[in-house]
Amino acid sequence: MKKITLFSLLFLVITSFLLSLNSNVHGEDPIPKFVVPPPPFSEDIFPCSDCHEDMEADPTRRELEEHTEIAEGFDHAKEQRWCLDCHNPDDRDKLRLVNGNLISFDESYMLCGQCHGTIFRDWKAGVHGKRTGEWDGKKLYRLCVHCHNPHQPRFKPMPPMPPPDKPKLIQQNKWKEDEIPRNPLGNIQ
Amino acid sequence: MSKKQNVKEKTQSLTRRQLLKGSAAGAATLAIPVGTADASVWQAFFQKHFNELDKDEMARVIERLEKEYKKDYGVDFNIETSDAKPDVLFGYGLDLSRCIGCRRCVYGCVRENNQSRDPQNHWIQVLRFKKGETWVHDLEGSEKYYEPETVPEEGYFYMPVQCQQCENPPCVRACPVRATWKEPDGIVVVDYNWCIGCRFCMAACPYGARHFNWSKPQIAKEEINPDTHYLGNRPRFKGVVEKCTFCIQRVRRDPGTYPACVEVCPVGARKFGNLLDPKSEIRYCIDNKRVFRLKEDLHTSPKFYYFFAT
Ligand code: HEC
Ligand code: HEC
Ligand code: HEC
Ligand code: HEC
Repeated sequence: MKKITLFSLLFLVITSFLLSLNSNVHGEDPIPKFVVPPPPFSEDIFPCSDCHEDMEADPTRRELEEHTEIAEGFDHAKEQRWCLDCHNPDDRDKLRLVNGNLISFDESYMLCGQCHGTIFRDWKAGVHGKRTGEWDGKKLYRLCVHCHNPHQPRFKPMPPMPPPDKPKLIQQNKWKEDEIPRNPLGNIQ
Repeated sequence: MSKKQNVKEKTQSLTRRQLLKGSAAGAATLAIPVGTADASVWQAFFQKHFNELDKDEMARVIERLEKEYKKDYGVDFNIETSDAKPDVLFGYGLDLSRCIGCRRCVYGCVRENNQSRDPQNHWIQVLRFKKGETWVHDLEGSEKYYEPETVPEEGYFYMPVQCQQCENPPCVRACPVRATWKEPDGIVVVDYNWCIGCRFCMAACPYGARHFNWSKPQIAKEEINPDTHYLGNRPRFKGVVEKCTFCIQRVRRDPGTYPACVEVCPVGARKFGNLLDPKSEIRYCIDNKRVFRLKEDLHTSPKFYYFFAT
């Protein structure tokens, strides 16, 4: 009996130690894994190790022969930053955090969250970015990179859907445009 | 409001039933040509108010409606009648610092909710404002027909407006026959079989959020959404009023799915959840962002919150 309690005590101590280690990995608050759709890679680019496995990593800022569009268009705090600040030199299939921890591409929000803390907090609450699914059940998040190209993160403009039909009398030219009552909230149909 | 309570209140006011029994009945009976009218026309005509139907009556009404819709639209419909979930009060948030005015929400809503394509009914209006203009109290200064190559445009911002699901809805008070009411989860609904098309509610709404079916809604067969709710997106009739219901047919599922506009928004500007749940994203918005509501001075107390996240 005594042995068992001692054993379970030991077990408790060890697990809590391991758990605390785990939470240290991500700072004070352990960050849960969020359910996301697959990362929006272009075709045939992943796994990166297909090409990179036998390549020497090169951290110098330079013109690239491969990934030329990414390098030329790179515009993300570009004075201070270059590829291997985010990509992991040794295993290219991973991203690397400032503290040296490696994360996979479906957790890239942790990378972005290092520098965009407030936005990351909002994102986790479902307020920056987007969650779909069930309001009182399972939710699907979107990665930051589903909306922001990590190399050129400014949100891209898009064409709008068509405006509503104008009221019939204008369509039939019975009214001039400037004669209609200016009340977009009153339903002038 | 419980169904019983609703019924009690109803009996104290002039109901549509009394209206029909009285003066209107004679004229209305004449309007149905005796030879052609089949049983379902009469059943529809004398259908009780939604909140007065017992279980069997409800089942019969739904069966009749599903049959009629099938005949009209050539599609098998499913019409839910699910009640509000307990301890839920729905709230909505819209982040004006993210909205780019792309109108994806407008058409997502049309599709989900079976709005008429021609003539066109839109439950969401996206208004465009010049940055820096006084605007919250002067919505008239906005433009809704903007049509640039791409959005967002430099120097403008955008504000989608739809039913604000007021806690104190003036439209409900304006209805002479109680064809529209506020449900326990806060959604203001319309019984399209009870609405007489007087449009008092439209005049009473300060947000232009109610829309009238001037003719029978035209929707292509392939574009019909057959998953409907009696109080939501089932096809409307000529001469009745319709409005946003926070996608009642989606949010009352178990578990409840987000409204279509939330799902479709490409910038994630639209937030939805239970105001009574402190962990919901709508509560996060209210607790952490500076939110405001449209035309607050009218004391309509909308459950639709606008905010600027940045
Ligand atoms: C701010 C961090 C960051 C920097 C700096 C960065 N990347 Fe990336 N990169 C990412 C993330 C995150 C992804 C994953 C995108 C996804 O999930 O689709 C990615 C994806 C890629 C991809 C795959 C793109 C595709 O077509 O799917 C390549 C190639 C790449 N990066 C190369 C580079 C190069 C070359 C540089 C330097 C010029 C660079 N990256 C700089 C974060 C960064
Ligand atoms: C088709 C082969 C190929 C694939 C697949 C590929 N790369 Fe590369 N990548 C290269 C080559 C070649 C270079 C070196 C170009 C140079 O030095 O001019 C390079 C350079 C880079 C660099 C610049 C730093 C360095 O070490 O030279 C980064 C960062 C990078 N790749 C990231 C990625 C990521 C992330 C992926 C997967 C998402 C990926 N690559 C997939 C071929 C590839
Ligand atoms: C090492 C810090 C760092 C990391 C990691 C980082 N960013 Fe940034 N980001 C910045 C800085 C600094 C700026 C502002 C300077 C600029 O706009 O170039 C910025 C700007 C932005 C902007 C605004 C761009 C604009 O022009 O409006 C977006 C969006 C953005 N980042 C998204 C991301 C995403 C997504 C990730 C993850 C893939 C990420 N960031 C990772 C530092 C970082
Ligand atoms: C559903 C799409 C979406 C997702 C997912 C998303 N964002 Fe954004 N983000 C936006 C939009 C839209 C803007 C506003 C762009 C504009 O004003 O042009 C924005 C703006 C930003 C900005 C600029 C600063 C600001 O407040 O306007 C940063 C930085 C940023 N996002 C970082 C992130 C990070 C980090 C993540 C992931 C944790 C993320 N975003 C996820 C859509 C998204």
